[in-house]
Amino acid sequence: MSSVNEKVVYMDNNATTMIAPEVVDAMMPYLTNLYGNPSSMHTFGGQVGQVVSEAREKVADILGAEPEEITFTSCGTESDSTAILSALRTFPEKRHVVTTRVEHPAVKSLCDNLETLTGHKYRVTRLKVDGEGMIDMAEYEAALTDDTAIVSVMWANNETGNIYPVEKMAAMANGRGILFHTDAVQAVGKIPIDLKTLDIDFLSLSGHKIHAPKGVGVLYIKRGTLFVPFLTGGHQEYGRRGGTENVASIVGLGRACELASEKMAEENSRVKQLRDKLEEGLLSGISKSRLNGHKTARLPNTSNISFEFVEGEAILLHMNRYKICASSGSACTSGSLEPSHVLRAMGVPFTAAHGSIRFSLSVYNSEEEVDYIIEKMPAIIELLRKMSPFWQGN
Amino acid sequence: MWEYTDKVQQHFLNPQNVGEVENASGTGDVGSLACGDALKLTLKVDENDIITDAKFKTFGCASAIASSSVLTEMVIGMSIDKAANISNEDIADALGGLPKEKMHCSVMGREALEAAIADYRGLILPMAAGEVVCECFGVTDLEVIRAINESSLRSVEEITNFTKAGGGCGKCEDKLRELLRETVGGKSEIVSPGTKPKKMTALQKIKKIEEVLEREVRPGLRKDGGDIELIDVDGDFITVSLRGACKSCKKSQTTIKEYVERKLRELVLDSLIVEEEN
Repeated sequence: MSSVNEKVVYMDNNATTMIAPEVVDAMMPYLTNLYGNPSSMHTFGGQVGQVVSEAREKVADILGAEPEEITFTSCGTESDSTAILSALRTFPEKRHVVTTRVEHPAVKSLCDNLETLTGHKYRVTRLKVDGEGMIDMAEYEAALTDDTAIVSVMWANNETGNIYPVEKMAAMANGRGILFHTDAVQAVGKIPIDLKTLDIDFLSLSGHKIHAPKGVGVLYIKRGTLFVPFLTGGHQEYGRRGGTENVASIVGLGRACELASEKMAEENSRVKQLRDKLEEGLLSGISKSRLNGHKTARLPNTSNISFEFVEGEAILLHMNRYKICASSGSACTSGSLEPSHVLRAMGVPFTAAHGSIRFSLSVYNSEEEVDYIIEKMPAIIELLRKMSPFWQGN
Repeated sequence: MWEYTDKVQQHFLNPQNVGEVENASGTGDVGSLACGDALKLTLKVDENDIITDAKFKTFGCASAIASSSVLTEMVIGMSIDKAANISNEDIADALGGLPKEKMHCSVMGREALEAAIADYRGLILPMAAGEVVCECFGVTDLEVIRAINESSLRSVEEITNFTKAGGGCGKCEDKLRELLRETVGGKSEIVSPGTKPKKMTALQKIKKIEEVLEREVRPGLRKDGGDIELIDVDGDFITVSLRGACKSCKKSQTTIKEYVERKLRELVLDSLIVEEEN
């Protein structure tokens, strides 16, 4: 166990991931000697343009898309904003957006702003979720109107790992002539995606969630989808996004997509087994603990567990002493005074929401690390419960 | 990641006086699970009014636990009278300071101490008698006013940091602003954009509304072949009539509420309600 104790036990991969060593290797030439501009006419720059094209193909491969459908951006948030705002500019007469109550802030805040900053020129329907965080498809169908410009529903939730039926939802939107966007930042690399068979018009992904660096993302734009750029400027990215390419990161993202494809099976077998072992170990080893999210329709790497009657920030800081990294949906960790909007939308009681901890694994985690967490957590929770005025014993 | 002082970390990781004093002379129970933090403070007081023991149980983050722990250390050996003078700033100072968003943790400590002392003395807390302003966190106007005075608060954001009031749905922000204005008067630095002074005579109001309609509203409507007429002003209720193309427009209700009412609220008075003449 001592070998684990000396290094960080990183189970916060839905926040960000380690850059894979292979990715660093792939990037290095473009951070050093090969600094040319891909748009240049000379060979020195042109050769860099070639690697950007190769990276585009690799990203397209993991999505089941065509290279021309891939636009590199700076992050998932930029991709989300670009897609939704493009749809609204494409259909200026349509003033309605459908989304869910559990979206990432990248989409949630944009939708909130669409209402408030435009003086309610736009109307937003936020689909409810049930206790397990799932959507009611009948409510979704009823929410689609002739005034709806775009639907934006995340493929997988960052806090609970819940997977939403975006394939079916996209088909329903398509049938009504409504554009469909999905924030797939958490889904890419963890579950298989094959866009050529689907009605999804826009998809966002982010490099740093799949072992590429921070500062690079992708917006998939289905061929034939009307598009209005968000960042205008030069002719880069087929005129869809101005700004000189972040070459090294794009190359890194291409390599990361290759690796993710290779490791997808491992993610859904070994990593999933580790996650399940961790989850079962904690739920059975600690009384008054509960799983937040859907038991099965969930990413293989994510487990969100509430430890009742204790507060998340306090738990995390004790875990920090053992160099265990995770996240919490508690109010105190965010600086706001209310717990996570995702858990509240699911109706998780306040007693449990404040004490929620999200563990998110990656292929770099080991069974030894899982055992270490299962060993350390009960004492941390017990220590805090002994201090809690609400704890009445088991 | 919060920037906690060494002292906060020390008290969080090795809290002192955890538990409950047996046969407590006074108990202070504040906060709730829903609020995200709660503190139960129990005191033992001897016949000379000296606090001989103090223990706490806290549900909350690191700064809540550290505030509780340091508070028990501060009061043990102190007379009840002296303890009654401990302020939330004293608690925060004893910890070498708290992040500003976490000041409410020190306020919770002070409140628990106050409640425990009142319990010991057989008194009822005056603060509880106030009127609840923030329903999300159950904060009363008296608590807000006290925090404004004691910690020289000058903005709604600061009130939220210290008392949590306004940190939930945000519905009470206007009330908080008003409390701030009443309490500190001209010293208040916050002047909410769009909120014009409320004392306006009926005539001034009508004149101002006419002016805004003419300058800000009509040009837009006329571009679409419409127009607007002011029919009546009754207190905050404004009756208008749409003319021309606006009259038959299906979106007239939206025009009235989203456009006319917004403009008037923004530029005349934020409590105005605009309705169309039947």
